Amino acid sequence: MSNIKYILGSFGDPDEMMHGIEKLQENNIKIHDVYTPMPIHGIEAKLGVKRSRLDILAFFCGITGTVSAFALIYLTSVVDWKHNIGGKPAFALPDFIPIMFEVTILFCAFGLVGSYYASTHLFPGRAPRVMDLRATDDRFIIAVDAQENGDHGKIDGLLKEAGALEVKHNERKYISYE
Amino acid sequence: MSGHNESILREPLITGNDITYAKITDDILMPVENKPNRAWWIGFIVSLMGATLWLVAVSYTFWNGIGSWGLNKTVGWAWDITGFVWWVGIGHAGTLISAVLLLFRQNWRNSINRSAEAMTIFAVICAATYVVSHMGRPWLAYWVLPLPNQFGSLWVNFNSPLVWDMFAISTYFSVSLLFWYTGLLPDIATIRDRATGLRRRIYSIFSFGWNGNVKTWQRFETVSLILAGISTPLVLSVHTIVSMDFATSVIPGWHTTIFPPYFVAGAIFSGFAMVLTLLLVARKVLGLENYITMFHIESMNKIIILTGSIVGVAYITEFFIAWYSGSEYEAYAFINRSTGPYWWAYWMMMTCNVISPQLLWFKKIRLSIPATWILSIVVNIGMWFERFVIIVTSLHRDYLPSSWAMFYPTWVDVSVFVGSIGVFFTLFLLFLRVLPSIAIAEVKLLLKTSSEQAKLEQIKEGHLDKTHVKEYVESLEKFDSVKQEEYAKI
Repeated sequence: MSNIKYILGSFGDPDEMMHGIEKLQENNIKIHDVYTPMPIHGIEAKLGVKRSRLDILAFFCGITGTVSAFALIYLTSVVDWKHNIGGKPAFALPDFIPIMFEVTILFCAFGLVGSYYASTHLFPGRAPRVMDLRATDDRFIIAVDAQENGDHGKIDGLLKEAGALEVKHNERKYISYE
Repeated sequence: MSGHNESILREPLITGNDITYAKITDDILMPVENKPNRAWWIGFIVSLMGATLWLVAVSYTFWNGIGSWGLNKTVGWAWDITGFVWWVGIGHAGTLISAVLLLFRQNWRNSINRSAEAMTIFAVICAATYVVSHMGRPWLAYWVLPLPNQFGSLWVNFNSPLVWDMFAISTYFSVSLLFWYTGLLPDIATIRDRATGLRRRIYSIFSFGWNGNVKTWQRFETVSLILAGISTPLVLSVHTIVSMDFATSVIPGWHTTIFPPYFVAGAIFSGFAMVLTLLLVARKVLGLENYITMFHIESMNKIIILTGSIVGVAYITEFFIAWYSGSEYEAYAFINRSTGPYWWAYWMMMTCNVISPQLLWFKKIRLSIPATWILSIVVNIGMWFERFVIIVTSLHRDYLPSSWAMFYPTWVDVSVFVGSIGVFFTLFLLFLRVLPSIAIAEVKLLLKTSSEQAKLEQIKEGHLDKTHVKEYVESLEKFDSVKQEEYAKI
């Protein structure tokens, strides 16, 4: 068994990379992941990445914000400590709306971004796990798990045929910065 | 990109013939990865002097109280609120560019959104310093927050627009910051992967471990879209609420239902003017002409004509309604604005905000960089005067002639304002040095569809008939970097 962990096809053009994905899939070679310097549309359908449910979550975070804001205002200025302002009613719903709206947005945004960071494992100071340093610059990288797929020569050939500028065999999982 | 097709007749969003993905990264990171040039240093030193002035003036205010400002019993709000509203307004263009234009799929936003968002953050910081310093006792600023406290159960007054303001501005600031920072992650990762040593370590911490895999990108786009969706009503609500600080009062000149839309239009107007002021200089100094093209400048100028005209209509409507309402106090407030002791401020506002932006209807002016730059500054001056006119002229004449008074700013007023501009520019110049001023990943998205070479390729492949090619080439004449001969070769 060789020490190679990943086979990386490095493409200079997103369309060629998409072509590479198709080629590998036609040959029943499982793709580990794809790393790109920019979002490539249509790739998630090809790789079978599920639709994000962050929108549903954002909605519920927003609702939580609306309810929290209403509860805070109601409990403080209607139940706990009524102000008499020009004899106006304490329960003045239209006056509560601006704050309810702002808090809705606040909860929605923080809930959404927090969950995004959590679900994609992004947090400050996390060691970057890149396989190829140029994947954030000008290269589109297809990574194939070498242990799962036996015929390395065939994979190399397919990637090159699709237009890969370079095929690398990584012995380490990631090029981290340690 | 697959799934995205753009008409070939559209002007390219990236000019220059030999652009590659690597060149985009190199060009945009040039100011971040190299030592600053002389222009940057001059700008930075001047801005830093302004920031020092601000520090002195604000410290003086904190030490001696707001008695050091020129306020009096009649004019209780003046330069502080003028400055606050002006800065918040400037901040709005950033969110508008990043959120509203994203929702409407305006790809030209991709080259300008990053700096515009940065501008938003810094402008809101300047606005927030005004709010804190005009409180008089800034060490008690936390009293505006609804916190459980030791005064019995005394809570903030949730019916007050000033409390709404606190919620609006703090939400706006934090959501803008989230939006901006999340958008920065892929670009920070790009800097990280090109850097070495300590720089790599620092950028590594701030890149949150970004590696650009499929799921991260896919979720990233979902997050951007949802954030844009919620930021759009947010940005409209913020200036609406700021306008309610005035509109919910019963002061003639303030008590107006037109304020919310009028303030929002004014905010976009001044914000775009400030984006132009900054970017026209930045694109030249940082050599980014290929990414911030004449098309971008023209598009922003068109938004300035639109919002400037809305603001103009609002001024006239306000005046008309003051007369039509039959309220003599309201009518007096407006006649006094235009002919009273502050007539010069009113007419300064009219000239700068209503008359001069109309010059942009002329294509020559719209496409002239010096003219655009001067007009953008004129608009910002005009918008400052607008807020000054609303605030000071409405207050200096009370219902009782015995309390009629004039407002004269002191050196502290002037220094806080001039200083806040220094703070803003200092922060912006530092931003240009440490973070990419253009969203690298988003610009790369345009390379295969909206760049000069993508269009050339399409012409070469014969996707257009000859008359259309001619039309296209003619439309490009106005761009800096395009030469007719290059098309003649095809």
